[in-house]
Amino acid sequence: MKLDSRIPSGPIQQKWDKCKFDMKLVNPANKRKHTIIVVGSGLAGGAAAASLGELGYNVKCFCFQDSPRRAHSIAAQGGINAAKNYQNDGDSVYRLFYDTVKGGDFRAREANVYRLAQISVNIIDQCAAQGVPFAREYGGLLANRSFGGAQVSRTFYARGQTGQQLLLGCYQALERQVSTGRVKMYARTEMLELIVIDGKARGIVTRDLVTGAMETHLADTVVLATGGYGNVFYLSTNAKGSNTTAIWRAHKKGALFANPCFTQIHPTCIPVSGDYQSKLTLMSESLRNDGRIWVPREKGDKRKADQIPEAGRDYYLERRYPSFGNLVPRDVASRAAKAVCDEGRGVGETGLGVYLDFSDSIRRLGQNVIAERYGNLFEMYERITGDDPYRVPMRIFPAIHYTMGGLWVDYRLMSTIPGLFVLGEANFSDHGANRLGASALMQGLADGYFVLPYTVGDYLANTKLEKVGADHTEVKRAEQEASAQIEKLLAIKGKRSADSLHREAGKLMWEYCGMARNAKGLEYAEGKLAELTEEFWRNVSVPGSGQELNQSLEKAGRVADFLELAQLMCRDARERNESCGGHFREEFQTPEGEAMRNDDEYCYAAAWQWQGKGKAHVLHKEPLAFEHVHLTQRSYK
Amino acid sequence: MEMNLTLHVWRQASASASGKLVAYKIRANEHMSFLEMLDVLNEELTGRGEDPVAFDHDCREGICGSCGFMINGIAHGPLPGTTVCQLHMRHFKNGDELWLEPWRAAAFPVVKDLVVDRGAFDRLISAGGYISVAPGSAPDANAVPVPKKDADLAMDAAQCIGCGACVAACPNASASLFLSAKVSHLGLLPQGQPERLERVRKMVAQANGEMFGSCTNIGECEAVCPKHIRIEFIARLNRDYLKASWLYRKEAASGGE
Amino acid sequence: MSAVTTSLPVRSEDEAFLASPIGKKVVMAVTGAALFLFVIAHMLGNLQIFMGRDKLNAYAELLHHNPGALWTARIGLLICALLHVVTAIQLATLRSKARPVAYIKKGNAGSSYASRTMLMSGPIVLAFLIYHLLHFTFGSAHPDFRNDVYHNVVSGFQRVPVSIAYIVAMVLLGLHLNHGVWSMFQSLGVAHPRYTPALKKFAMAATAVIVAGNVSIPLSVLLGLVK
Repeated sequence: MKLDSRIPSGPIQQKWDKCKFDMKLVNPANKRKHTIIVVGSGLAGGAAAASLGELGYNVKCFCFQDSPRRAHSIAAQGGINAAKNYQNDGDSVYRLFYDTVKGGDFRAREANVYRLAQISVNIIDQCAAQGVPFAREYGGLLANRSFGGAQVSRTFYARGQTGQQLLLGCYQALERQVSTGRVKMYARTEMLELIVIDGKARGIVTRDLVTGAMETHLADTVVLATGGYGNVFYLSTNAKGSNTTAIWRAHKKGALFANPCFTQIHPTCIPVSGDYQSKLTLMSESLRNDGRIWVPREKGDKRKADQIPEAGRDYYLERRYPSFGNLVPRDVASRAAKAVCDEGRGVGETGLGVYLDFSDSIRRLGQNVIAERYGNLFEMYERITGDDPYRVPMRIFPAIHYTMGGLWVDYRLMSTIPGLFVLGEANFSDHGANRLGASALMQGLADGYFVLPYTVGDYLANTKLEKVGADHTEVKRAEQEASAQIEKLLAIKGKRSADSLHREAGKLMWEYCGMARNAKGLEYAEGKLAELTEEFWRNVSVPGSGQELNQSLEKAGRVADFLELAQLMCRDARERNESCGGHFREEFQTPEGEAMRNDDEYCYAAAWQWQGKGKAHVLHKEPLAFEHVHLTQRSYK
Repeated sequence: MEMNLTLHVWRQASASASGKLVAYKIRANEHMSFLEMLDVLNEELTGRGEDPVAFDHDCREGICGSCGFMINGIAHGPLPGTTVCQLHMRHFKNGDELWLEPWRAAAFPVVKDLVVDRGAFDRLISAGGYISVAPGSAPDANAVPVPKKDADLAMDAAQCIGCGACVAACPNASASLFLSAKVSHLGLLPQGQPERLERVRKMVAQANGEMFGSCTNIGECEAVCPKHIRIEFIARLNRDYLKASWLYRKEAASGGE
Repeated sequence: MSAVTTSLPVRSEDEAFLASPIGKKVVMAVTGAALFLFVIAHMLGNLQIFMGRDKLNAYAELLHHNPGALWTARIGLLICALLHVVTAIQLATLRSKARPVAYIKKGNAGSSYASRTMLMSGPIVLAFLIYHLLHFTFGSAHPDFRNDVYHNVVSGFQRVPVSIAYIVAMVLLGLHLNHGVWSMFQSLGVAHPRYTPALKKFAMAATAVIVAGNVSIPLSVLLGLVK
């Protein structure tokens, strides 16, 4: 299979304009005759469905939540980047592009990233016009902050709820299209199968989560915007319902899965407190601006934090990275925390945590200043842990936060299945091996509002689509597959809940395919995961029936897909014999313990092809060329 | 600290089935969140081959608005400004008896156990809770300055997570707080002015059609709102609605809308 | 589960306004305000009892001397009271439709007792009002009714159960007004973080004055201060 990324020719600054001009348009009068399915209603899916409805297409939008407003984009805290240069501090489209490619550790496609940076500007305009209450200065103009170590202030924000406000803007636009009848919304509906006819994506099979009814929806094209797969680790900052099912089932129908092992770990989350733990809560990265990270110098020091004298403390980030100190990038900070905990110097009941201590800042700046900056975060921390961070140092630990990998798409966001488009976190396109802070929201909205509406039109205008009926053999086959799996799950009647198997698989993944990986561990995990998969299909317990709201059944279906994906992730991580971004292979590090890329052999996107159950995936490589941002090794010493 | 609790949980197989309270004994740990405690219960029920308790939840960090039910008659439980997913067991004590009931309102029919259908909220937004702006047509974001205090107040209202606790806690099952939050959020911003009066008319009309009750200004809603949305916004809603009805009448009389 | 906009019956704007809960609350607020003002005026008039028989009877005479104005006021008040009651009944009906299934356990997180019991204090005050009219205006519930207001009041209140009934009714009226007076501002859209506490204090003070003023009359009669 030849991967054609369809990057337009010409200078990078003009690629998107050229592409837009080259693309065919759909006659306005014909748009309503085209049905487009959008799965997912977060920033990418919601924006796409609203925009396509606005253009006049007939849109069907699906989400598993009870309302499109609950998609997990809502939980993003920090902000959204845009190259507006409102602060006159030297930002530009080119600089945002440059920072994003470099931050992605040179594993993203330059042309895509450049387009993202260009479009970022329009996103802010669009959102402000929709009534997103961005933070403002006293003069009434938009406020910005610097985020994630960027040297310019280009992050727009709405308190600590930027994702929520952007999503509500998007949701409201979507509901407006619902009222015009151009978008039909299917909430509490989960996609189970993709229907591929004559090699093209033509519909989906869904399950109504309330009644259990299986339904088939046919269309001219299918858009997946179903988010990331961080929940493969069981514990992550993702919402409990976030899953890989839509993209995984599309993958099994022929869409290539790219860079599955590229996962991002966020260093400042609240640590796990016990086996019952169901998810991890992120604390904004901004805390590292004023908090100092430390652990006891001695192993097994069980004294309380305030009883450990200065000499007994190891401020390991400040020690190892004197120039960046506590502000090293996410991946570096996370690995360092893991290293000290592995040495047995972790804090808290579980030993899996490090201190984030504000006492110096409180002494220096006063409690009021700290309260002003982080008051709401301190409250949230206290609500969850019961500890008051003004008096006791916070305990933090890294957690899975975002997945850069996803379905492979070309420049026009189309997967290797013609007519199947993939947006937002569900695709692999823009963040390479590591995503910069405040870039996820930007990508979701860029894809949904400003890229897909053009590229989907070109596909429809250029493609001859046969009329397909519900009695087509492929339709019947997809329906059959979806029903068969449900019946199979219900029939096993084993001893273990899907959750318990998921938790076990997640632990394996975290241990062997998490912050630091090595070939031996990955191989071991693959074997263990295969065993767990086997146990799952033999011993899972799914009470109830398929004809009702059955949350156990929903979970079981999702866990089945996570188990398969987990194996591919280990395989991908094992294949990539280098360290880059969020992917750290212990065998490939500098003498100082830093990530070591291998650009000669691994400067490509790894796109994996499904071969059938029990068969090994086949790897396809999309070589990446860096013409504008020169390959360099990151250093934070 | 470990604790033993008795839960009386509303069990109802489907919208059309009749429901009843079922008692469960559960051992919990003070560090658990309330929903993690229910996860433990569900794990036990699954182990016994019984149907686990259905409840809505997703982000478990208090922002998606999925979760919510009554704990001893208080929406989202005893801790103010907190969704049930962020409520931790340390706020309860050994031996406590807890009654868990779904939101009850004609507009929020029970789907199963503690899960209700809040589609009415989506329809309220669909009726007018938006600013009409097609992608591509927006002016530069800084072309329209917004006074900081207006933007801040709009943000206070915009924080609503649509969980439905306000409706659940209101003795009249009124959606006024939800409605007022959206009307205020958009009505406070210059971008929302062109559609301001039309918006409030349409949304209020939709709310009447959805069988929400009336507001009696008693303030139960703001007391349980996890985002501290204040009933001053309801006064703003009333004001805008009065104005909209009055102005609309005059224009209708002169022959145009 | 999809979000379909329900189509609404077409009706005139006035009808739509009055049919909406907000419109009904405006009716409650406006009629409530009129009744509230009447209660204050009524109290001020009645307090003249402390200035002696002649003063109070002269005041009564003055009112009856202007039958046009008197009946305009009476009819106006009657309409207000009727609208207030009818709208309250409509709202109460809506309430039971909006929550057809009650909670088994229901706690209160932030509302006052007064605000939750408007539907109880209201009808009791109404029942009292009817008795009060029969008692002092028409005299049919008064054992010794004469064309002498001062006499009617004093002899009426000298009966202990009657006075107690009046005092209890006034306390309930106070409860009703305590929430009602603030609530009417809220219903008419007058609320602001800066004024709301002041409005609540105003409601509390006005209520206290009304209750104290009205209760002082039967109490004084019972204590023999007014004979």
